[in-house]
Amino acid sequence: MESISAFDVIGPVMIGPSSSHTAGAVRIALLARKIVHTDIARADIILYGSFAATYAGHGTDRALVAGLLGFQPDDPRIRDAFAWADRAGLAYGITTGEAAGGMHPNTVDIALLRSGGNVTRVRGVSTGGGAAAIVAIDGAAMDLTGEFPTILVKQRDEPGVAAHLTRCLADAGINIASMNIHREGRGKTAFTVVETDQRIDPGLLGLLRDYPSILDVNLIE
Amino acid sequence: MPDFTSADDLLRLCRERGWTLSTAMREREIELFDQDRHSVDNRMAATLAVMQDAVREGLHSRARGMGGLIGGEAALLNARVAESLSGRTVARAAAYALGVLEVNAAMGRIVAAPTAGASGVIPGVLFSLDEDNRFSGDRLRDALFAAAAVGYLFMRNATVSGARGGCQAEVGVASAMAAAAVELMDGAVGQCLDASSFAIVNILGLVCDPVCGLVEEPCQKRNALGASNALLAADMALAGIKSVVDLDGGIAAMMRVADALSEDLRETGRGGVAAVAGCGACSRCVSQAT
Repeated sequence: MESISAFDVIGPVMIGPSSSHTAGAVRIALLARKIVHTDIARADIILYGSFAATYAGHGTDRALVAGLLGFQPDDPRIRDAFAWADRAGLAYGITTGEAAGGMHPNTVDIALLRSGGNVTRVRGVSTGGGAAAIVAIDGAAMDLTGEFPTILVKQRDEPGVAAHLTRCLADAGINIASMNIHREGRGKTAFTVVETDQRIDPGLLGLLRDYPSILDVNLIE
Repeated sequence: MPDFTSADDLLRLCRERGWTLSTAMREREIELFDQDRHSVDNRMAATLAVMQDAVREGLHSRARGMGGLIGGEAALLNARVAESLSGRTVARAAAYALGVLEVNAAMGRIVAAPTAGASGVIPGVLFSLDEDNRFSGDRLRDALFAAAAVGYLFMRNATVSGARGGCQAEVGVASAMAAAAVELMDGAVGQCLDASSFAIVNILGLVCDPVCGLVEEPCQKRNALGASNALLAADMALAGIKSVVDLDGGIAAMMRVADALSEDLRETGRGGVAAVAGCGACSRCVSQAT
């Protein structure tokens, strides 16, 4: 069991009103922003479950837009996130959807349109106490929390990717805490999520990307 | 290794080493998380400063909560502290607690302690006591470590989630944490833990029934209750009154009650005050707007 710190008890410092519906929502959007890691032109947000029922009173909509702008969960600008988005040129749409069976009660889908034109679809859940996880990217199920230094690799589902990644990390003296491969189906696009014990130098990303089957690599901390 | 997993452990550790609760929690933090004393102290001082800002803002802010259910109550109560029936210290603590919940509901900055829904209790108690006693900044900071020691035991051995344990697990635990502020009044470690035990035992069974599912009503007034309950518990402990169960017993009792609470009374917005007030109470309610 992970030890509980004094600052887990007296904390986090956050913008209210709810750790799950406000701070957790910021955290989901921050993760989504890092997954896309280029300018976001437009975000279409669909809220489910308890998020859908109570978002206005909890500021969940503002929190999500704030996270997409890169604001942290304790940033007082969250309240005025819509105005900040207008200023930053981020367009957004917010609607609610019917929750499917087995869905976490605080679930959100975010479709992120990059300035370049392509769309990434991310599903996030707020897991309590301000913590969050990305549970799917473009339909591929995963569990990405960003609590450890994390490398997210997008690849064609072909042999050799894992060997390439582990070789690069071993050469750099980085220990892998966990490594999981998630795919939509055999031979399609797949994602590898690598959590590491050490922080990763962004300079390493170029080496990691240098493999024919790898489409994209980015860092999520 | 200065770690502890029960109130009994904590009491023994403090007696062996001549420590206060706050010292025990600080030493644990330094050791377990490989931190230096300076940065741990600074981080807690910064946390205290956020609490103080929220108390100040809560007394003067005119903003309504996002749900439109609360706003302005702290100023009203604060205006009659001088002639309050419950006494200045209690009424002031309650007013401060109401205000922090207003700040929280209006998307201001607060410290979850242990949760956002219970974020008014500890600042209410600490800063009201400070008005009377003018502690040095270090002592209030240390009182947060003492409160954290108690909150950690609840988090480890029971729950601080309203959805799991009802409001007793949020405001109840915050009240038990604030009661450990007996340390500020130079109470012995045993008295601090007795105060926490009184606080949780006296608030057992408090349900979580938020109107429209929002952190506004009755959460705000429950924070006022939690603050006054903590001060009464502290007074009883300082008077030398003994609790029928120790803090470990109080934590175990809270978890038993949590297990017995209907789901309607655990943050679903279906029971208690939420059921009676109905959803029409909320001006921003989604089901009304659409």
